[in-house]
Amino acid sequence: MITMQQLSLRRDFPLLQQENNGKPLVYLDSASTSQKPASVIEAMNRYYLTMNANIHRGVYRLSQEATAAYEEAHRKVAAFINAGFEEVIFTKSATESLNLLAYTLTKSMLQGEEIVLTQMEHHSNLVPWQQIAKELGLVVKYIRLTPDFRLDMQHAREMINVKTKIVSVCHMSNVLGTINPIAELASLAHAQGAVLVVDGAQGLPHLPVDVQFLDCDFYAASGHKMLGPTGIGILYGKLHLLDKLPPFLYGGDMIREVTYADSTFNDLPWKFEAGTPNIAEAMGLAAAVDYLRSVGMERVQQHEAALTVYALAKLGGMPGVQVIGPATDEQRGGVISFTVEGIHTHDLAAVLDSEGIAVRGGHHCAMPLMGLLGIAGTTRISFSVYNTQEEVDALAAAIRKAQRIFGYGQ
Amino acid sequence: MRWLPPSGRRSASLAMDSELMGIEEIYREHILDLYKHPHNSGKLPAYAFRRRELNPVCGDQIELFVQLSGGKVAAASFVGHGCAISQAAASLLTDFVRGRDLASLKQVSREDIMQMLGITLGPVRMKCALLPLKALVKGVEDYEAGNQ
Repeated sequence: MITMQQLSLRRDFPLLQQENNGKPLVYLDSASTSQKPASVIEAMNRYYLTMNANIHRGVYRLSQEATAAYEEAHRKVAAFINAGFEEVIFTKSATESLNLLAYTLTKSMLQGEEIVLTQMEHHSNLVPWQQIAKELGLVVKYIRLTPDFRLDMQHAREMINVKTKIVSVCHMSNVLGTINPIAELASLAHAQGAVLVVDGAQGLPHLPVDVQFLDCDFYAASGHKMLGPTGIGILYGKLHLLDKLPPFLYGGDMIREVTYADSTFNDLPWKFEAGTPNIAEAMGLAAAVDYLRSVGMERVQQHEAALTVYALAKLGGMPGVQVIGPATDEQRGGVISFTVEGIHTHDLAAVLDSEGIAVRGGHHCAMPLMGLLGIAGTTRISFSVYNTQEEVDALAAAIRKAQRIFGYGQ
Repeated sequence: MRWLPPSGRRSASLAMDSELMGIEEIYREHILDLYKHPHNSGKLPAYAFRRRELNPVCGDQIELFVQLSGGKVAAASFVGHGCAISQAAASLLTDFVRGRDLASLKQVSREDIMQMLGITLGPVRMKCALLPLKALVKGVEDYEAGNQ
């Protein structure tokens, strides 16, 4: 068992060395965006300082170097999730990855056919499907939650039927921390001839992900939530499915041959990468993958699980604090939402900020879920490799300070 | 000196909340008191106009109700949920507008709100403080455009 103390990686993250309001920075908002190790920042700098050139275009040395490094980044990400080289597409964000799927997968759907989501989806895995469904006359259905904030699998079996063509679920909820049973959902979807899309924005940064084992058809993820830069997203798709899908964006690099009358398209994965991609960001992402592999995803998961257990016990024991999410660490990641009686989440976040603690307050881009839970918002903490038990203690002390200011407790 | 805000006072919007004031100073007793015991809370049974405004960043919302009599505000109230700052601002604004005519409602400024609250705020929390004013301004616009 790896203890938290053994994993002291904070020194790898330059930003975490600074103070916030004169106090050591306690960064508990990695579900929003993670901090970046120096190696990620250096990889991006190296590209601009030594090999800046467009890829897949020039025959000169710089362009060849940039192309090789860009393709190497693809290879690293593919290996990281146990996918083939042709099965990994770089986008600008997980949101773009999901939009790509929402636009292309629905092209072959008929009016009245169904898309099944869950009640815990982030807006990025809800609004694209909802809006395209409205346009095309498709039906969007939602799998319910159980009282302990998990997916109601009995309801899932009812929702996923012969009319279902797409099931799209988050790997881990960005509000509740719930980890969904992906392999089981994949088999429910496949039994009905539907595809399973996984929004892995909160999955890939925190869990070992093997797309073969999960047997999902598509997996979307975001670079900046997994220690990488903003402006780069990942889309995995099974080869035979990506082959059949029409392109999403048209332009340079995604074509094979163009005449005034028609065009044919490039091989995978380039068929889905129109225009000059975010090359430096791809290098940064590759460095983030290297970093995570050097730590080991099992260790990352264990570290965050230990912090989660500690924080759940700490917060659970505080008067007026209510955790919104599964109460145990079983099938649950390091995202913890909570409310504090009598203190609005923005006020709480402001008091925490005055103590140098960065948390997220609000609806977390999941307004339908907030409505369902009957709350306007929550305060959310989320962990990454660099967080420590001491930071959870600092959080608890700052919550008590807020309670004092607002006239609750001593 | 044209770059100064009209009131002549320096705009607070370029600094962080905590650089301007300690956190205890922002959450002064009168603000917390209004948060726990708001003035003019609830819907008015009759009103000339109502307007709902939402802060998409946090999901906070406020709906303002204004009743007119002889061209002046006879009563104003609000419903909604939000942080201590937005709730206190709504209480103070609904007190402030009573007895004023439509023309003067359009003159209410951000500086007026800050003066009512008696605190200075950075750009993020400023949006909280100004949410009720936004509802008022849009409500008056709606009313004058005959949309009610």
